[in-house]
Amino acid sequence: MFAQLTTSTQAAAADSDSGHQVLTISLFATFVAITLGITIWASRQNRTAADFYAGGRSFTGMQNGFAIGGDYMSAASFLGIAGLIALYGYDGFLYSIGFLVAWLVALLLVAELMRNTGKFTMADVLSFRMRQRPVRTAASISTVVVSIFYLLAQMVGAGELVSLLLGISSAAAKNIVIAGVGLLMIVYVVFGGMKGTTWVQIIKAVLLMTGAAIMTFWVLAKFGFNPSALLSAAADASGKGEAFLEPGLRYGVESADATKTLLSKLDFISLAMALVLGTAGLPHILIRFYTVPSSKAARKSVLWAITLIGIFYLMTLALGFGAAALVGYEAITKQSPGGNSAAPQLAEALGGVGTTPGAIMLAVIAAVAFATILAVVAGLTLASSSSLAHDLYANVIRRGKVTTDKQEVRVGRISAVIIGAVAIALAIPAQSLNVAFLVAIAFAIAASANLPVILYSLFWKRFNTRGATWGIYGGLISALVLLIFSPNVSGGAVSATTGKAASLFSDPSIDFHWFPLNNPGIISIPLGFLFAFIGAVTSKEFNKAKWAEMEVRSLTGAHAEKASSH
Amino acid sequence: MAEPPATAEAAASTVNWEQVQDSPEFAKLRHALRSFVFPVTIAFLVWYFTYVLCAAFARDFMNIKVFGVFTVGLLFGLLQFVTTFLIAVFYARHMNSKFDPQADQLRDEIEGTA
Repeated sequence: MFAQLTTSTQAAAADSDSGHQVLTISLFATFVAITLGITIWASRQNRTAADFYAGGRSFTGMQNGFAIGGDYMSAASFLGIAGLIALYGYDGFLYSIGFLVAWLVALLLVAELMRNTGKFTMADVLSFRMRQRPVRTAASISTVVVSIFYLLAQMVGAGELVSLLLGISSAAAKNIVIAGVGLLMIVYVVFGGMKGTTWVQIIKAVLLMTGAAIMTFWVLAKFGFNPSALLSAAADASGKGEAFLEPGLRYGVESADATKTLLSKLDFISLAMALVLGTAGLPHILIRFYTVPSSKAARKSVLWAITLIGIFYLMTLALGFGAAALVGYEAITKQSPGGNSAAPQLAEALGGVGTTPGAIMLAVIAAVAFATILAVVAGLTLASSSSLAHDLYANVIRRGKVTTDKQEVRVGRISAVIIGAVAIALAIPAQSLNVAFLVAIAFAIAASANLPVILYSLFWKRFNTRGATWGIYGGLISALVLLIFSPNVSGGAVSATTGKAASLFSDPSIDFHWFPLNNPGIISIPLGFLFAFIGAVTSKEFNKAKWAEMEVRSLTGAHAEKASSH
Repeated sequence: MAEPPATAEAAASTVNWEQVQDSPEFAKLRHALRSFVFPVTIAFLVWYFTYVLCAAFARDFMNIKVFGVFTVGLLFGLLQFVTTFLIAVFYARHMNSKFDPQADQLRDEIEGTA
């Protein structure tokens, strides 16, 4: 069965290549043209800082829910999770559950209270009752670090996708694609601001949900709408039999070595912690709560987001198992060892490999994937540039003396260009890194550095400046240090498939790792909470008036930032 | 924009926040929030990590077939989706009925529109 599929895929690849490529490029060009049009329209409306950073706070809960979905369902979840399920079955499903349950943390503890207290950035909330400069500096640094890791993941993914789908494999062409994605995201953010970026994300979410729904329906139809038949076919085709539907093929892998088995399981638990606690600390997600007029609308937007994201991950089950059954393990790994190509390959297989419908499906899904990446990178760029401009420049460097909206928006635009340029410069050498790994790092840092201080500052009376700075720097540094000395970065182990070191350094003789896990979360998240706690209790600072104002405002929404009225 | 940010901040600075914070109404509001979100957060985290720990350490249990190809593990995973949706709905209901009316009333009093 494998052999057949592989040969048919290869044969099809030879003659359908140019057809679907032209179609992919034209569909993608249409998406870019439409979104640029929206960006130009939005740029005419960007009059104030609230327009630029928060879309005038005038989106509805439903619109923002779609935009959150568009921001969150990155290429890593669409291509990555479908690919993980296609290759490892059950364990890919495990991954998506963490991504979904995480939204409850955001819904119950963070979204509404942040909306009521802040203005443009995560630091607005963290620094509310603290000394402004140290807390804003720390929050701005962690915002940029988290966003850059996430940004790198998306841009590296874009490069991979292009080489996969357009058959371009030269390094120069990949670099051009990465630079092109970077330039587009700068244009979206600089001209469109939050309003333009939000619309790009809404459109993308609709496209992605539609694309995934069509494929899900098609896959289920092929198996007579019988999930058992789909699962059995996937298990059979995977060559792993029943194990494909059971945990353990990818995470917590069991081997003869008991220590190794335990470490592998701990690594899995560490990843699960980072996934479930990271979401509510992702700056580009947090600033989305400012785009709606009230905390009730923020609640509504998270409810929409949970619905969309939940349905989407259920659909990735059908896509992943569908790809395992209809495309097959070997055909997928031949295209991309990590499985990122499973969803597009499934699209082609559904339409019929080598046929026109197959080429059309492949082109459509490939274009959706590009759109996905563009929308997410725009959101990330906006989050980091607003933090640089609003926190670091306006409040730290100028000590809050930047008063005109015009000035603050101008600095925001300059920051977007800087962040975009840095991201392009970093993404080009980072291309050998694994996309899922980069995303997991972003989540681990967000959970270690941001979430503890967000929760303490919203709920703990005693929290103060030292607690916030120790928490952010402590969580950030412990996550980064553990990461540097993890097997993935400095382990030097040789990968069986490529014969090269699987770590950051391609020379297998470079091995200076001492931390046995790839995901630092299990240590760095508790450390983040601990550092923040120790910092707070060792400092006597307590601003009673500001705490009263913050708590009352966060719960009642009194004097919260209002929507623009134009 | 309806009003420059300076005005909103100026309005906020005239409020006696500590007095509101110390009021029994506010204590009731705080209780309405915390008595729901704290226990529910602990519950769903325990529920999620039970699932994760089972996937790591209780594989024999997870691999029991319930019907057809559906194992305990698959159903447990799908249940996580169900509970996530349910908790979100319960939270929204709780807030709509128990929290919002109180919060709105307090806000109107503070902003002087009541």
